[in-house]
Amino acid sequence: MTLAFKPDETFRGDYTYRNSDAAILRFPFPFPEDRYMYSVNIEPHTRSGPTDVFRRPFDVDEHYIAECRDKAITLERDPSRCQALPHMMLAQWDTLELLMESLAADYPAHFALIKEGDDFGSRWTWINRPLGIEQSFIFGNPDTLPCEPFEYITRQAQGDFAICDQRDNNLFMDAGMVTSQADWSLAFDVGMSFMEWHGPVPLAHQAGVFERALKFLLMLRLGQPMRRLNWTMTINPRLDTSPESYPEWGPDRASLTPDNIGRKLHLRVELQTLWRLPRSNAILFPIRCYLASLDELARVPKWGARLHRVLSTLPPELVDYKGLTRFLPTALDWLAAHDDGRELPIGIEPGIATLTPR
Amino acid sequence: MIGDTLLLRVDAATAIAPTLRHLRLVAADGGKLPPASAGAHVQLSLKAAARTHRNAYSLVSRPGARDAYEIIVRRVEASRGGSAFIHEQLAVGDTVEAAWPGNLFPPVRTARHQLMVAGGIGITPFLSYLAEFGLSGASHALHVCCRPDEREVFAPWLPEGANVDFHWDADGHRLDIPALLAAQQAGTHLYVCGPAAMNDAVIAAARDAGWPDSHVHCEHFGTALSGGEAFRAFLARSGIEVSVGEDESLLEAIERAGVAAPCLCRGGACGVCATPLLEGDAEHRDHFLSPTERESGRLIMPCVSRARSGRLVLDL
Repeated sequence: MTLAFKPDETFRGDYTYRNSDAAILRFPFPFPEDRYMYSVNIEPHTRSGPTDVFRRPFDVDEHYIAECRDKAITLERDPSRCQALPHMMLAQWDTLELLMESLAADYPAHFALIKEGDDFGSRWTWINRPLGIEQSFIFGNPDTLPCEPFEYITRQAQGDFAICDQRDNNLFMDAGMVTSQADWSLAFDVGMSFMEWHGPVPLAHQAGVFERALKFLLMLRLGQPMRRLNWTMTINPRLDTSPESYPEWGPDRASLTPDNIGRKLHLRVELQTLWRLPRSNAILFPIRCYLASLDELARVPKWGARLHRVLSTLPPELVDYKGLTRFLPTALDWLAAHDDGRELPIGIEPGIATLTPR
Repeated sequence: MIGDTLLLRVDAATAIAPTLRHLRLVAADGGKLPPASAGAHVQLSLKAAARTHRNAYSLVSRPGARDAYEIIVRRVEASRGGSAFIHEQLAVGDTVEAAWPGNLFPPVRTARHQLMVAGGIGITPFLSYLAEFGLSGASHALHVCCRPDEREVFAPWLPEGANVDFHWDADGHRLDIPALLAAQQAGTHLYVCGPAAMNDAVIAAARDAGWPDSHVHCEHFGTALSGGEAFRAFLARSGIEVSVGEDESLLEAIERAGVAAPCLCRGGACGVCATPLLEGDAEHRDHFLSPTERESGRLIMPCVSRARSGRLVLDL
């Protein structure tokens, strides 16, 4: 698979990020039904799914180069976005191996991994053509890479990554690379247990969702990754919506008008996957962020109408938690024009193969 | 790295002691195996004449190895079939189905010191621990209780420089568990794997000495726990009634009836086989269900638990 990258688009400043027609059609639209309900909506992360983004262990798309550059800018400004506690070195190598093997297998035109052996101590050579990188190193020896292995490989991957250490029948967020987050802070959460870092989420605690989810995750099996979708909304196609940078993006919520909301308001969908790591027994939690504007989404008639219905019926606690309160009425007015009230099929696939030209 | 079953081929089989057989297993297609972590096990499907035994064995190969998995299997006297099959029937060149490796006994890497106590064949998970600690440089000590003639058996798997002490039943050589525990620094994690009586003694000594539960870890092995009085169980969804003999577990009886039941450790630890209990009074012997779950009487772990009296009705 050969991708046509858009290396110059931006996720800050002039915000030139846009989705091609193909990128819109493969978007992981998160609402299979007209109402949104909290659930442990988790399924096996197999090589299949309703749109193309689900079909590889780690999806690479047209935004790859631009996202990696935006990540580098964020890290330059705030190195605390990448942290790994000392006992996580084995999990760091696990992550590097998993990502390098997956990317090289799924995108041979863009990535290659040449190994002289599989064990620690073997020489590996990694080739990343989109970013122009060729690096030889000794697997298992951090001194042979320009930075620690987890930072090294996640700088070359789209999305965020957390690694959870499993001990005492609990999970602890003991490492992370977090530069495209929906308003949470790795520097605040690092070292926290599963219940601690989920503390702020409304409604779900009372429903027992997190107890069930934790018990399930503790049993996660090697070779059987799982996935789920999460979502929120972001003004402008901005990856770095962190608490640390809130002064830069928080005021944007007040900038929406009926005239600009279609262009500025984005549905932010996280494709979250969960992987048991082989050497460390830790759990890797990649959080891959996809952004699409209301304008882009409404080009898929099913999605425009469904988004209107989901947002109309969202419980007030969730409206507040997701930070939608200020602009939700404007968004609903805009979306109402795209909802003719007809019955929509269950499922998240777009239901069309091409988009009508604008 | 996605998959669930592996087809392995027996590459080598060696008697390393009268009751111990060492197997080297490779991928039957000549490819690479998934890497595994220290303390991991592999569950083999052993197709014996009467039924398929699905037994889990600790990997003694170095963690992360992708060329081969190694296990050491003890011939259990009252074997329920699995270990007898491996000792008497499995030959070099045979293929065996296996699940991808799992781990119910991983080391805690935040520990300041790793203290391991093994009884006999219970040393197996610690052989992979030692390989990891040798690489990471983690502070550690392994105490092995065995017969004096067993000391040399495991030598090939002990990395150079590993901190290992052997103990046996003779004056001056017995392991004084309370003294050992009293001498540990704060932040030590204790791991024990051996016969049930030894596990219980070490855990009790740790409690008496005030160790927090979060720092004490035990791998249970052996199947002695699963027997008991015979009883009957009705599988409601399948519409089948099975009789569970004195020497077999409820899970084994279910499997014998041809009903597929999920399972992993077969020792009441992992939780995979937890099954809704619709009627009946269960005698819970697992290490998984919470006291509240036991009291509710609505779940049972058929790999080890049985009927206290009368008949059980399972949603299976």
